[in-house]
Parts: sequence; C-alpha cells; structure tokens
Amino acid sequence: MTRKQRRLSVIAGLGLVLALAVGLILFALRDQIVFFYSPTEIHEKAVAAGTAVRLGGLVKQGTWKKSGDQNDFVVTDGTTDMVAHYTGILPDLFREGQGVVVEGAVATDGSFAATNVLAKHDEKYMPKEVVDELKAKGEWQRGEAGG
Amino acid sequence: MGIELGHFALILATAIATVSSLAGFWGWRQSDRVALLLRQGAVLQFILVAAAFAALIQAFVTSDFSLALAYEHSHSQQPLLFKITSVWGNHEGSMVLWVMILVLMGAAVALFGRNLPRQLLTLVLTIQSLLAAAFGGFTLFTSNPFLRLTPAPLEGQELNPILQDIGLAIHPPLLYTGYVGFSICFSFAVAALISGRIDAAWARWVRPWALLSWCFLTLGIAMGSYWAYYELGWGGWWFWDPVENASFMPWLAGTALLHSALVMEKRNALKIWTIFLAIITFSLSLLGTFMVRSGVLTSVHSFATDPTRGLVILALLALFIGGAFALFALRASALRVGGLFAPISREGALILNNLFLSTATVAVLVGTLYPLLLEATTGKTISVGAPFFALTFGAVMAPLLIVLPFGPFMAWKRGDLVAVTQRLAWVAGLTVFVTILIFALSGGSISLAPLGLLLGVWVALGAIAELIDRAGIGRMPLRTSWNRLVGLPRSAFSTALAHFGLGVSVIGIVTASAWQLELITTMQPGTTKTIGEYTVRFDGIKDVQVENYVAEVGDFTVASGGHERQLTPERRVYTASGTPTTEAAIETYGFSQLYLQLGEQSADGSRTVRLWFKPYVTLIWLGAIIMALAGGLSLSDRRLRVGVARRVATAKPAPAE
Repeated sequence: MTRKQRRLSVIAGLGLVLALAVGLILFALRDQIVFFYSPTEIHEKAVAAGTAVRLGGLVKQGTWKKSGDQNDFVVTDGTTDMVAHYTGILPDLFREGQGVVVEGAVATDGSFAATNVLAKHDEKYMPKEVVDELKAKGEWQRGEAGG
Repeated sequence: MGIELGHFALILATAIATVSSLAGFWGWRQSDRVALLLRQGAVLQFILVAAAFAALIQAFVTSDFSLALAYEHSHSQQPLLFKITSVWGNHEGSMVLWVMILVLMGAAVALFGRNLPRQLLTLVLTIQSLLAAAFGGFTLFTSNPFLRLTPAPLEGQELNPILQDIGLAIHPPLLYTGYVGFSICFSFAVAALISGRIDAAWARWVRPWALLSWCFLTLGIAMGSYWAYYELGWGGWWFWDPVENASFMPWLAGTALLHSALVMEKRNALKIWTIFLAIITFSLSLLGTFMVRSGVLTSVHSFATDPTRGLVILALLALFIGGAFALFALRASALRVGGLFAPISREGALILNNLFLSTATVAVLVGTLYPLLLEATTGKTISVGAPFFALTFGAVMAPLLIVLPFGPFMAWKRGDLVAVTQRLAWVAGLTVFVTILIFALSGGSISLAPLGLLLGVWVALGAIAELIDRAGIGRMPLRTSWNRLVGLPRSAFSTALAHFGLGVSVIGIVTASAWQLELITTMQPGTTKTIGEYTVRFDGIKDVQVENYVAEVGDFTVASGGHERQLTPERRVYTASGTPTTEAAIETYGFSQLYLQLGEQSADGSRTVRLWFKPYVTLIWLGAIIMALAGGLSLSDRRLRVGVARRVATAKPAPAE
C-alpha cells in the first residue's frame, strides 16, 4: 500500500466513524433531551402525557400529604398549580414553600407523575432554573433562598 | 500574623511566576543562567504557595474566625479532619489547592528534569510559570482567601454538612492532581511547538507525567463516584452531571494521549496528533475548572456565584487554549512526519483507540455544553440526561471494547489480523461460555445486559490471554513459559492489568445496572421485608447526639444464609446550620452491596425505607483502582523512569561536571 492509499484509507475510516457519531449525537439530541417547564408552561404548551419533562416551582404551602411511601404535593409558580405524585423518599431539603425540581411526566388525568424529586442541596442553593422562573414571575424573594 | 504571611507568600509566588515566565520567553535560547533561574523559581513558587496553604490550614485548625473564609466555612465544633478539609471545601481555598498542585508539578519538573535538553526544560518551566502567574493572579484578585473580618466573629458558620465527610479529604486532592498534572503535558506540547523540535524522546519525557496524572485522575473520579453513591443517597454512582463530565472528558482525552504517546515513543509517528491531544487534555481540564468554578452550573460543586470570576476564568481559558491552538496552527506543519505503518498493525489499533476515545469525548462534550449554549442563545432550559449519554457514549464505547483485545496482539508496523483472530478464538469461546453461565445462574431476562456483560468479560479475559500468549503457556513446557512470563517487561503487565481493570469496571457497571433490585416500602418497628435473598428487620430508632449534629439512627438487622448483620442508616440535623442530611447504610456482601436509606416518620410511627440490592457494584470502583495500579506499575518500569536517559547518556563520556 502506498503512502497515499494508506492516508486515504485512514481518512476514510475517520470520516466514517465521525459521521456515525455526529448522526448519533443529532438523533439523541432530538429524542433524548428533557425540557424544563413551569406549571404554567406545561398548561400553555399542552405537553403530551407521557413525555419526560422536568417541572420546576415552589411546593405550595399546606399541600404536602404523605401516606406511607406515597407523597402528593402541589407545585406552583404563583399562576398555575399542578398536583404531583411521588412514591419514595423525598430529599432531605424538601419543604413546603421551598423550590423543587420534579422529573417525570404528565399523567393522563393532568397531574404530574414524578420519577425523581430534586430539592436544594443546602440552605443557600436553589435550582437556578427555578430562580429564573420565579424572577420572571416576580415571585422571587431574596430571603427565601439567600443567594 | 500567619494569615498575612500566607497572603504575602501567595503574592510573592505569583510575582516570581510572572518574572520567571517573562525571563523564560526572553531568554530560552540563550543561557544556562535562565534555565537555572527558572528551576529555582519553580521550586520557590512551590515553597511559597505551600506556605500560603499551610497558613490557611493553621487558621482553620485554630478556628481563627477573623479570617473571613474560616468564618464562612468552618465551625469550632467540627472534628479536626473536617476543619482541615474545610480549607478546600469552598471556592477560594480550592483555588489555592489548585495552584499549589500546579506549582508542585512545576517544581517536580525542575527537580527531576535535569536530564532534559536545556531549551526544552526552560520552555516547559516558562509555560508552567505562566499558568501559575495567571491562576495565582486569579486567586488573589477575584477569590482572595486571606481577607480578614473586623470585629472577628466568635463562631463560624459551618462547612456544608454534605461535604463533612472523609470523601472531601480524598476526592479533591486526587482529582486536582490528575487535572492539573496534565498541565505538564500541555507545557511540554507548547514548548515543543515553540522550539519546533520534537522526536520520540519527547514522548518518552511526557509519558510519565501523563501516566501519573492519569492514575490520579482515575482514582479521583472513582472516589468522587463512590462518594456521591454513598452520600447523596440516591443509590446511583454516576449521574452524567456536567461536573462529573467535566472530570471525565480530560480522562478520556488523557487515555487517548497515553496511547498515542506510546506510538510516538516506539515508532516516531503520530507526533502532531499527540501534541494536539496533550493540548486538548489540559484544555478540557481548564474547561472543567471553568464550568465548576464559574457558577454556570447548578450542582453541589458550584461554590462560586460571583459572575466576574466566571468571566476571568473564561478569559484565561481563551488565552491559554486559544494561544496554544494558534501556535499549533502555525507550527504543526513544521513537524516532520515519520514512521510508516500498515492500517492493520499495532499503530493502526492504537489509532482506532484514539479515534473512538476522542469521538466519545466529543459526544460527552456536546451533551455537556449543548444545554448551556442553548440557554445562552435561546433562553430555553433543557437537561441532557443519562439516555443521551447511554446512546451516544455507549455506541462509541461498544466497538472500542470489541476491538480492544486485538490491539496488544498486533505486531508493530504490519500485523496479521487472521493470525491474531486465531490466537483470540479460544478467548471468544470462553467469553461466550462464561457469559451464558453467569446469565443462566442469574436467571435474568433477555435485554442489552448480556451483550454488555459479554464485552466486559471479553476485555478482561482478552487482557489475561495476552499475558498467556506472550509467555507461551500451553505451547511450551511449563518451566519455559514461567521463565518467559517472569521475564516480560513491566509494561506488558501494566497493559494487561489496565485492560483487565477496564473489563472489571464494565462487568460491574452492567451487573449493577441490569440486575439491581429496588424496594420502596414502609416499615413499622418489628416488621420484616425481603429483597432478593436478604431479609431485613426494622428493630427501631434511637436518637444520638454527636459533636456537631443530632441524629435519628435506624436499627436494622439483615439476615441472609443464616448470618445476621446490623445496618444503621441515619437522618442527621447539623446543629450549627440546622441542615438535615441522610446517611445511607451500605453493607458489602462479597462484591455486591445492600443499600438502605431511611425516610421520615409517618403519623402512624412507620418509616419509609428504600432498599437496593446492587450485585457486583463494587467491581466498578475496583476496576478503576486496578487501572490506576496498572498505571503505577508502568511508571515503575525502569525504561520509563525519569533519569534513565541521563544515566545511559553519561555512561559513555566522562561526566562533564
């Protein structure tokens, strides 16, 4: 094999793998990414039931009900409320009136079936998405998350 | 007083680094005196930054809350270990640690690199000093850890309880040593581009540094993964969190660098590519530092929220990465290409390795940066989670694992694929047999899992097969093959061991993900639940008060095969900040683990309990430790040891000194 042929074969191989990888990445980006919505956006955009999304907002005061390992609570952005159901242990810093990000999907009855609940890691931390969302809605109070 | 001395030491170190880099750029061609200045400068920088770091430790240990940093991140009731680790459990202190490791690496080159050509040594230390000056300046101007408070508060706020763990003592120093260690490879690459001289010897000098950094990075990532696994209580060991990806990308690129430097050292080929990888690897380390330290991400790692810091790091990033690539574009064509080889050869196999690893790096990079870019440009918030990475990263890694065992069997220059396949045929047969056996015993359902398991077993057995083949076991009398095995160079063992470790990790990942059992339930004291072969009894709760927290400690007894063991998960509330945390209880059975998380109390006195059985989960981290050990073994190889070249060189003529 001459030097030129060798180089060509290497470049062809490189190109093939790269094309494959780019195709995969594009395919995955279209189907495997998860959008972040507030309850209002879920309502307005009429997100289809079963689509994986992240829901962010505040846990509404006085709505957290716990029976056994079943948890029901309302996520609110001040405009729209959305009931969420979660089976399992909630994070340490899950509190009423605090920010929360819930992963899951909208159920057929219009409530939110959560597969994972993320709360603040510490007193100072609040998911950035929630802060932005609340600031946009004018619900943001500095004392609430401290930073 | 100590604080002011420390502050001054850091300023002085930054000044020396600045002078060193200027002197180096000005005089690298000229005199031995410049080389001497830079070497002494490098050692001085380390001594001074170490002194600054020691001053911080002293202030934290003595709970000197007149130091703003100690006030914000420490508490007098914290145990001694956590007082010390609090030093780097925050942005400012961790930057000092970062800079300290940077100058430690520079000092190590200055001390152990006497056999390097003078110009190369001078240039490497010049670039290293430039990095130290830039990041020392960054620390002083935007994140100064030495600021005082007046009046001094009597008590500090405490370290984030989630960080009050032995993990903080181990994970950041290991990870930073890995991250920052690659700066030496970067400096070597830039030095080679500036001087325009690069040959196989260059690769020989760079490889120990790449290997050392890679070992630390491997351990650092594995430790971080295990820490997240036991501390965060979600039972997961890898979340494809941007911060995790930030450490994983330099690891992937660094792994590629190790392999391409091998080709360059042995065959004088792939020079330009190796230089490129050396630059990329450290660039990804810097990118990781930027992402973690700039506050663009929300995670446990993002201490910094000051936007100016992010901008300054971004500017430094642009300066170093942009500068290095500009230089690369200008000078790379001047490097002579050498070493011809056929596509089917050891070189070809290593190129394939590099191709897959760099593609995997790109996939992770896209998944990590895409949400940031999309939010910056369109304002849409998305998260790219595990499914994206499983698809793209998995699709790239699978072929890499398939071809991996072929590589070490290939001859340099021109290999024989048919012959290699024949030599590997029994391994393939054994792999299928073992996989079917495991699969039959576990009784799992048909899914992707057996394929993943197949790959892991194939890689692990392939690594052993290489040693067997090289020793000629089965083809020769046992005594002869034993002598051959013992006589193999350490590099052969380290290659086999590293690949074996990778196989072990893959097996652990597959089994722990595919055959994991999970049970979420409520338990009254006195009741039992069963998960797999384990019967878990809830005995009750006791309240415990420790130095700086109060805890509810659950009492669980796990019975399996006639043996009983105690599990004590906790729910803690840290008194100083009122922060609650949960501590999962983890019990190891062989290579598998039982993982128990305790929930809050319900009105009727029952507790929510989350139980996982994770088969062979410890293999994930064990494999990483094996890989790091393999790196250490390779480092101890006499042929690689720094200084050997000089001994060989001075053996012929009489020493000039």
